[in-house]
Amino acid sequence: MSVPTSTLAADVLEATGINAATCYQCGKCSAGCPMASESDLRPHNVMRLVMQDRRKDALADQSIWLCLTCETCTARCPNGCDPARVIDVVREMSIETGAADMPRTIAAFHRAFLQQIRTNGRLHEMGMVIEYKLRSGDLIKDANNVPALVARGKLSLLPDRIEGIAELKRIFEKCGVTP
Amino acid sequence: MTDVAYYPGCSLHGTSREFDESLRAVAADLGIGLAEIRDWSCCGASSGHTTDHLLGVALPARNLALAEAQGFDTVLAPCAACYNRLSAARLAIATEDGLAERMPDLLDRPFSNSVVVHNAVELLRDAAATIEQKVAVATAPNRLKGVKLAAYYGCLLVRPVEVCGYDDPEQPTSMDDVIKACGADAVDWDMKVECCGGAFSVSRTASVLRLGRAIIENARSHGAEAIIVACPLCHSNLDLRQKAMARRGEEPMPILFVTQMVGLALGLAPVDLGMSRHFVDTAPFIARLVQQATERAAAEKLAEEEAAAKAAARAEKQKVGA
Repeated sequence: MSVPTSTLAADVLEATGINAATCYQCGKCSAGCPMASESDLRPHNVMRLVMQDRRKDALADQSIWLCLTCETCTARCPNGCDPARVIDVVREMSIETGAADMPRTIAAFHRAFLQQIRTNGRLHEMGMVIEYKLRSGDLIKDANNVPALVARGKLSLLPDRIEGIAELKRIFEKCGVTP
Repeated sequence: MTDVAYYPGCSLHGTSREFDESLRAVAADLGIGLAEIRDWSCCGASSGHTTDHLLGVALPARNLALAEAQGFDTVLAPCAACYNRLSAARLAIATEDGLAERMPDLLDRPFSNSVVVHNAVELLRDAAATIEQKVAVATAPNRLKGVKLAAYYGCLLVRPVEVCGYDDPEQPTSMDDVIKACGADAVDWDMKVECCGGAFSVSRTASVLRLGRAIIENARSHGAEAIIVACPLCHSNLDLRQKAMARRGEEPMPILFVTQMVGLALGLAPVDLGMSRHFVDTAPFIARLVQQATERAAAEKLAEEEAAAKAAARAEKQKVGA
């Protein structure tokens, strides 16, 4: 992990154009946050940590991974601070610096999802679920739903691969993302 | 009428096939032509932009570039997540420094960001007058007349405001208008724009159950007989997960895609709308709708006949009196 030369607030400002110091901690974002009851850090707490340059506290906390990106916080912010975008960029920094403490199931889900897109161009749900289970170790949950999903024609057994799959591989490469 | 570029997205080809089926059936009935974008790819959904901002823009942008190359100026993205990602990419490319210039190299395609993106609710709201008219002139009684329905928008149809902007983020009314056009009653309730737990359906089921239960209970307490959605994530979180939410003595709450609701009002067959693909059995709900509609039609006919008989008797009396 490299030592940062600027403050977290400056990095967030550069990446998003959002000045965290404009947040006056009214807490309206957190009042509407659907995950507030399950998170140690709520949206206004993340804004505060960014403001105070508490990089490690912000980047290494699990709470940023519990954000559903539902954007309720941003829609309700009376001062236009966009906490959802700030949390988004803090998550990216947390991956880049290796500080991320993403819950294993959520990390496994995102990687399995993106792996499907890189391989097939489209999400193959069956393949995604199998890969998710292998990555997360969560083998039992939802297995009993599979027959019902297949019976309803909702899970196809084979992937639907696009012709331009090489384009997708190149996009992942150029963005520097390896799921 | 020229065709609209149709971006089904992965869910409408998979776990939400009924959204695709009902959309195609309703569009055909309303005379709206849909042309699926050739070789479309996944928009990346929340995994894309949660992992990397540029990837979250590039994945949807490839589809906008394809639509452009295939000669379209409008894309219909019925899945709320796809609609959101396609619109967000479009906005980011238009407003973020240097992003537009990077796109042709990143996508390896020419790209001028010229295509506008619409969701299924917008499409149906714009067709509301046609729906209303078709429902009014139909010979069969309208199965949805007077039925109480809760319009559930969730997050991705209305937020962020700059990305969506076709409706109010806190008090949206577009889906309510479609419900009314179908002859049903849109209930006033509290959780129209609350989040259902979205992409945590697989990875954090307990959160999804907590959020979904609150949404269903609120709709029920405001008299809703079914919840109307326009998002595959909302649908599976409320429909598939309802099994685990079921409480003793409580009736299951049917969750219908907005296109399925319009299809029912237009008199299309439930099987053509994919109604049998749900986890919460929709058959008892539809049977009740059909029974109510039949009884209402019979009562209306009887009232009409009685009125006609009375009028005839009055005319007879007047003739005698004259």
